[in-house]
Amino acid sequence: MKDVPAVNVDRGKIPFGERIYLGPILGGLRVTLRHFLRNVFGQRDVATIEYPEVKRQYSERLRGRHILTTNEQGEVRCVACYMCETACPADCITIVAEEDPTAAVDHEKRPLSFEIDLLRCVYCGYCVDACPKQAIIMSREHEMAFTTREEAVVGIDELRQKGPIDQEDLGYRPYF
Amino acid sequence: MTVSSTQSLTERHPLADAFPGDGVETIGNDADGHTVLAVDRSHLLEILRQLRDDDRFRCDFLSDICGVDYPDRQQRFDVVYHLANLDSGERYRVKVAVDEDDAVLPSAYGVWKAADWFEREVWDMFGVRFEGHPNLKRILTHEAFHGHPLRKDYDPGQRWLLTEKDIMTPEWAREEQLDDQHMESQVLNLGPSHPATHGTLRTVLRLEGENIVKAESEIGYLHRCFEKMSETHGWQQVIPYTDRLNYCSSMINGVGYALAVENMLGIEAPPRAQVVRVILSELSRIMDHAVCLGANLVDLGALTNFWYFFQIREEIYGLLESCAGGRLTVSYARIGGLAHDVPADFEEQVRRLLDYIPPFVADVDKLITRNRIFRDRTEGIGVLSPEEAVAWGWTGPCLRACGVPYDVRKAHPYMGYEQYEFDVPVATTGDTYARYLVRMEEIRQSLRIIRQAIDNLPGGPVITDDHHVALPPKEKVYTEMESLIWHFKLIFEGIKVPPGDAYHFTEGANGELGYYIVSDGSGTPYRIKVRPPCFALYQAYPHILEGLLVPDAIAILGSLNIIAGELDR
Repeated sequence: MKDVPAVNVDRGKIPFGERIYLGPILGGLRVTLRHFLRNVFGQRDVATIEYPEVKRQYSERLRGRHILTTNEQGEVRCVACYMCETACPADCITIVAEEDPTAAVDHEKRPLSFEIDLLRCVYCGYCVDACPKQAIIMSREHEMAFTTREEAVVGIDELRQKGPIDQEDLGYRPYF
Repeated sequence: MTVSSTQSLTERHPLADAFPGDGVETIGNDADGHTVLAVDRSHLLEILRQLRDDDRFRCDFLSDICGVDYPDRQQRFDVVYHLANLDSGERYRVKVAVDEDDAVLPSAYGVWKAADWFEREVWDMFGVRFEGHPNLKRILTHEAFHGHPLRKDYDPGQRWLLTEKDIMTPEWAREEQLDDQHMESQVLNLGPSHPATHGTLRTVLRLEGENIVKAESEIGYLHRCFEKMSETHGWQQVIPYTDRLNYCSSMINGVGYALAVENMLGIEAPPRAQVVRVILSELSRIMDHAVCLGANLVDLGALTNFWYFFQIREEIYGLLESCAGGRLTVSYARIGGLAHDVPADFEEQVRRLLDYIPPFVADVDKLITRNRIFRDRTEGIGVLSPEEAVAWGWTGPCLRACGVPYDVRKAHPYMGYEQYEFDVPVATTGDTYARYLVRMEEIRQSLRIIRQAIDNLPGGPVITDDHHVALPPKEKVYTEMESLIWHFKLIFEGIKVPPGDAYHFTEGANGELGYYIVSDGSGTPYRIKVRPPCFALYQAYPHILEGLLVPDAIAILGSLNIIAGELDR
């Protein structure tokens, strides 16, 4: 520890200029006055925003509520491989699989039910990383309110993408 | 299954001669160069004393005490002491095994005061008693809790009914006390929900007038079984949990954990990932210091600074969000690198922050540093001498404010910190004002590091291409069979960390953030022990308070920066 480049920040005894209060207090007032005047008349770089009328623009990586993507036929792309369920650190995903009757080959799976407990979820994005089919991605929707705990457990119908994928409020997904 | 708990047994270890008796069973070095000693219980105290006093060791610093449970072993529990000589930087690990039926050890409180709460935690979690401990009771769980939760056979599904009358009240706070004039002294509960505790912390105070004559702190309100849960999850899945340790600087926790596991795996993250980690860690450190100082100043009546500091914090959160997708809980580090590359405008954003932050720091500096009201309230308040601070296990800005220039980034450089030019801010008075000054200077030094890092940001990948560790890139998973198989294996089986144990530590915003990791070679950690810097800071708090006033208690608490998330885990 001897040769550590240290910088001493001690300030020692209070010098006379500080002991009489006035100088530093006026200096402080100048700082707050400068901020005040600049915000009222100047560039208005106010840090606060008038939420919820004004919202912050988040990046396209924001991890919000999940979306189950669909293929051209409008069916969810999920093949019920249980990768997201396994990767989930919060154990909030529950999948029940069934055989896919529409598939061209035998023994293809699809989810009979796919439930996410949005109150358990920690929005870490591990499910998106785990999915080999790009079937689960995340949106930027982060304001969710529920009146009961049961309501927070959402299934395929609530999670399925609503329209064309480029019209969703897309958040965290592969390549982002 | 048993994890080998002793390292290579060498008769002729250079330090073997220091222990002529039969107390030391084995002595060796682990891969990091830490000296590992297995000690017999009957000689434990004398060997710990020797490690502290003998000139060959001079372990003035006890960083952690940790329990490990091996249910299949005859001597079921290991208690592991992590010691250090802060001057030479040498690290020691003392292991002592105890039976389940006779789980008693002599308390090390008389050797290092830091043992106080760490021993209580081992008692709480494993049921190993420490004879001679001044106040051995549960610390993280409730007083009326049954069993010891970190034992492997403890069923986490159990529920206990805990009622209000079971609330911890120290003996001395129960009876009435009258002084000579038959005036009663007051017992005051500061917290757990108190506007100035910034987290659920409770301190019971015995007051005479406004003077504190006795104090005791209670923690554990935010205990959420981080260590137990990490034993049931994969190595990679622990990272979102680490975000919630010190939630003011979550990036640093994740990076610290990733480095600890990488160290055990013997891999290194690519250079670009290292530099991005440094930049984001230092920004998190600035954020953490800003929150600490801002909140501390609010408690002392200086609200404006809080707004200025929170403007900085908001902008840094913006950058973290654009990199990681989360603001508070970033989950950005991965074992082997980072989750994904930084956005295209990363460099530009960081440079903007480098211009944006200093004016706010300068404004706070102008408002506070020379302000006599603030100086009068904080100077000479909560003083700890350097020797005491080290004995209590203090690290980080609080230790440096006492005059000990110990910074893990300098003493044991990791992640390329040796390439960066920066100074370690040190003050000598050890009071609340000194802690403020040190943190202010650290913000400036962190900016210096970021400036150098962003100038030399290398290109290339951000995560290792070792697919035993990191998921293959998505486009390959979609198209190549082999990558898909790697992907499957990693998700379902997890990373295989070689069996063994290691202690790895980094400089968190509050001080030495250590991870003691035990692996049994399977896909999940066998035991992860976090050494939270706050824990050691906070255990000295009730002792500092004695003789001071209630308003001083608030000023000191704010300056220690106790984050309940990492304190209670």
